[in-house]
Amino acid sequence: MPSQKFISPYDHKAPEGAEGWKELYPYYMVFQDNLKQNEEAKFFFCDSQHWPNVFKPFDAITVEFAVKCLSQYNTRQWLIPPANGIDFKIHNGYCYMSPVGVAPELIGDRVPQFLERAGYYFMNWNDLLQNWHKKVKGVIDEMEAVKFETLPEVIDMEWVKGGVGLDPTYYLIQNYDKMIDLCYKTWMYHFEFLNLGYAAYLDFFGFCKETFPGIPDLSIAKMVQGVEVDLFRPDEELRKLAKLALELGVDEVVANQELTAALEVLKATENGQKWLDAWELAKYPWFNFTTGNGFYSTDKYWIEHLEIPFGYIQDYLKRLQKGEIIDRPTEAIAAERDRITEEYRDSIADEEGQAAFDAKIGLARVVFPYVENHNFYIEHWAMCVFWRKMRELSAVFVQAGFFSDINDMFYFRREEIHQLLFDYGRGWAMGVPSIGPDYIPTEVARRKKIIDALSTAAPKPAFNEPPALVTEPFTIMLWGITSESVQGWLQSGETTNHLKGMAASAGKVEGIARVINSPDELGLLEQDEILVTRVTAPSWAPVFGKIKATVTDIGGMMSHAAIVCREYALPAVTGTGSATTTIKTGDRIMVNGSTGEVIILEAA
Amino acid sequence: MKYTLFFKEALPEEYYLLGGKGASLASMSAADLPVPVGFCITTHAYADFLHGSALAEAIYEKVNGIDCANVAELDKISEEVRGLLLVSPLPSEMEQSIKASYHQLCTLAGATNDLPVAVRSSATAEDLPDASFAGQQDTYLWVVGEEEVIEHVRRCWASLYTSRAINYRRNQQIKEDEVLMSVVIQKMVNARTAGVAMTLNPTNGDRSKIVIDASWGLGEAVVSGEVTPDNFLVDKVMMEILASNIQNKHIEHVPDKINRRVLTREIVDERATQPSLSEEEVKIVCRMAKIIEKHYRCPQDIEWAIDADLPAGQNFTLLQSRPETVWSQKKAPAASSVKTGMEGILNTLMNPLASKK
Repeated sequence: MPSQKFISPYDHKAPEGAEGWKELYPYYMVFQDNLKQNEEAKFFFCDSQHWPNVFKPFDAITVEFAVKCLSQYNTRQWLIPPANGIDFKIHNGYCYMSPVGVAPELIGDRVPQFLERAGYYFMNWNDLLQNWHKKVKGVIDEMEAVKFETLPEVIDMEWVKGGVGLDPTYYLIQNYDKMIDLCYKTWMYHFEFLNLGYAAYLDFFGFCKETFPGIPDLSIAKMVQGVEVDLFRPDEELRKLAKLALELGVDEVVANQELTAALEVLKATENGQKWLDAWELAKYPWFNFTTGNGFYSTDKYWIEHLEIPFGYIQDYLKRLQKGEIIDRPTEAIAAERDRITEEYRDSIADEEGQAAFDAKIGLARVVFPYVENHNFYIEHWAMCVFWRKMRELSAVFVQAGFFSDINDMFYFRREEIHQLLFDYGRGWAMGVPSIGPDYIPTEVARRKKIIDALSTAAPKPAFNEPPALVTEPFTIMLWGITSESVQGWLQSGETTNHLKGMAASAGKVEGIARVINSPDELGLLEQDEILVTRVTAPSWAPVFGKIKATVTDIGGMMSHAAIVCREYALPAVTGTGSATTTIKTGDRIMVNGSTGEVIILEAA
Repeated sequence: MKYTLFFKEALPEEYYLLGGKGASLASMSAADLPVPVGFCITTHAYADFLHGSALAEAIYEKVNGIDCANVAELDKISEEVRGLLLVSPLPSEMEQSIKASYHQLCTLAGATNDLPVAVRSSATAEDLPDASFAGQQDTYLWVVGEEEVIEHVRRCWASLYTSRAINYRRNQQIKEDEVLMSVVIQKMVNARTAGVAMTLNPTNGDRSKIVIDASWGLGEAVVSGEVTPDNFLVDKVMMEILASNIQNKHIEHVPDKINRRVLTREIVDERATQPSLSEEEVKIVCRMAKIIEKHYRCPQDIEWAIDADLPAGQNFTLLQSRPETVWSQKKAPAASSVKTGMEGILNTLMNPLASKK
């Protein structure tokens, strides 16, 4: 008999060497001892879909902003009748979510408010969305304009003569605050349309599940999914560049030389220059694209690691040289989407049913482009600029002797950076060394040890007692968590060669598994291997030309992995919970993306 | 007018001569669906047989005089009438025509003069959506040779006068002289696996699904309910198998070629619990079912078989298809209960999916 309760966070101890970890995060984000009774009454699930790795203190900003902003829309803007926000905690370095319901007696009063408020957004969706694009672009431009520079030897003469009466430390601190504000704004915008978008999608989803009992989730996704999607544009640009290299006859250079060498050689010829112009043009904004998910300071963005997109172009080029076709079959995708939609619609016997189908898919298709595309604008583009600017600031500290590594800054909480900035500024003002260089490196080392220790343990799937039935709409919508999946977590733990997840992209294959624990290992993937990973990012798209199938620990039907796999017609099983710990590189496995099954056929 | 018509050569305006089943086979053959070769003995032949002598008057008089409430009388007269139909001589032109068509069929199927055939009745009132009394007329399997064929044609004709059939017509107020019968003579399929496919889910009327029942041997085991068949639920749009229930199939009907009959035998080996259709074959059956449904423009109830004597890729055969009668006549549940727009979204948030699944 499996236990019906998950461990309490108060009984889930940190690994050895992680003592003192709680101080690395804000007090309101950790389980406080005197609130034990309250906290143990709530059900928390681990969100390793968005945050698979242990947070460095600064990086916790992403979960704080994201989940707080998600919440504000439910609770204060739309007044979603049965749902408030999501409570969230960090425990032993990982984050856990607990959706907050609305007391049953208050639900009814929120209905008219919700209808008016959310109704307004649905009615004016496209106009408001157009404005959203302007706002987000504005935030990105503002962030781009912010500069962090080492403090000068003396205050600029212009400032003296201009009677400014301020010094550069004032602006240094102000710019830091501005970046945090802009990041905060970014996350508010992120959720401006998302909750409603998912709700409309889920309305169509639920209708399909009732009208066509047993319909694969995949079918519903395919009916709603867009054909021209901004999220696929970066990858699209790489294909275009590969084709252009072939057209211009510079393919040998592009395919076979290292990035820097290739760029040099290309400059020398007219066609080479033409290719370079196209390469430059593609960068903005499309190379603001991460191999991670935008939530970590360690995420790598193409624009700062040009060897990543260049390597993908080389892969495409080699396929082109072999005579393969690398274009996205957009016409075929569109035709298939139309066929599926028409056939399901036709299998509704009555006209009223068909009219309901039309209305619901109509709305779902209006809102869905946002659900797909926001990811490029926020997690990729805006967060690319944010992290780049934060590293620019960190570089200032490196130069001032506070840090030895540009990533050291992220071992401090965001409000601690204020102290560092002031210490730097006061030393500069007084003409004495700042204290930081003599204090910070030891502190960084201490914190590194804690983070490393936390990273040795995997998170728990959940804490405390689960609800009898998961009915909270956002848990289901955004995290794909259902009563069944919670039961599944409770029962897992036995060793098995049989995994079950979401049937995210159809097809059945057998092959050799490659377990990838971080984007940096992507290069290890060999032709026709099966990618096994905690969670994928859309920017991994180019490697999908190489692999046979994908299996992830985390993610639902609409996870980035699922969308991209369908795009590449690869079988995918997502949300298995434990693929990366159960499967070993070299195992021969069977992946059935139609049923959600993964079987280890032969251990390595 | 012709006494026999091959499926392939019958023109649509002649379909009324073939009865429900025969017309369906002719129309599917015309659509190039993989129907085993065969021909029909037309209703015209039956009418001539009846009216060419004093047979018709004799039969109608007997039948119309029956008191159907009197079971003993009904049975007695039923037997007398069937006796008449089994012994009365066929007009010789008709007999020659049937024999000639049988020989032509043998040639078509690449056999000498001993092609095993299935002989099935195809009444004009049968297979109508509102008068489903499938199984009330007889089917004879593995009939070999011209004399046997004629003998079984008579039996089919006679099957119109079983007590049940007479009683049914009386209840439905179908007049005796309105009922005609055609007989289908069709190459026998040596089925490795056979069964039924419905182009909707019979448990809930969902038309986006195909449901297949399949078992080893001839399809009669499935149709008669003698075995619990393997059952597959397939998404019609995506052609994906959503559920397979593989059962213990303890018997099968197979041809006894030497004794020229069908025998029932137990399956004792591991085959009993193995799937009677591969995944690929399930999809072939579904593809075909989808084409047939499109051809008829309404949900179908299809009998099919995988021919053991034909190579993979050509071994799927379609035995018959008729309109599904249960759900097709039901009014769909009131769709006005489905809320759309903001109300739909509100409903979705208030009653989330988990409680619906």
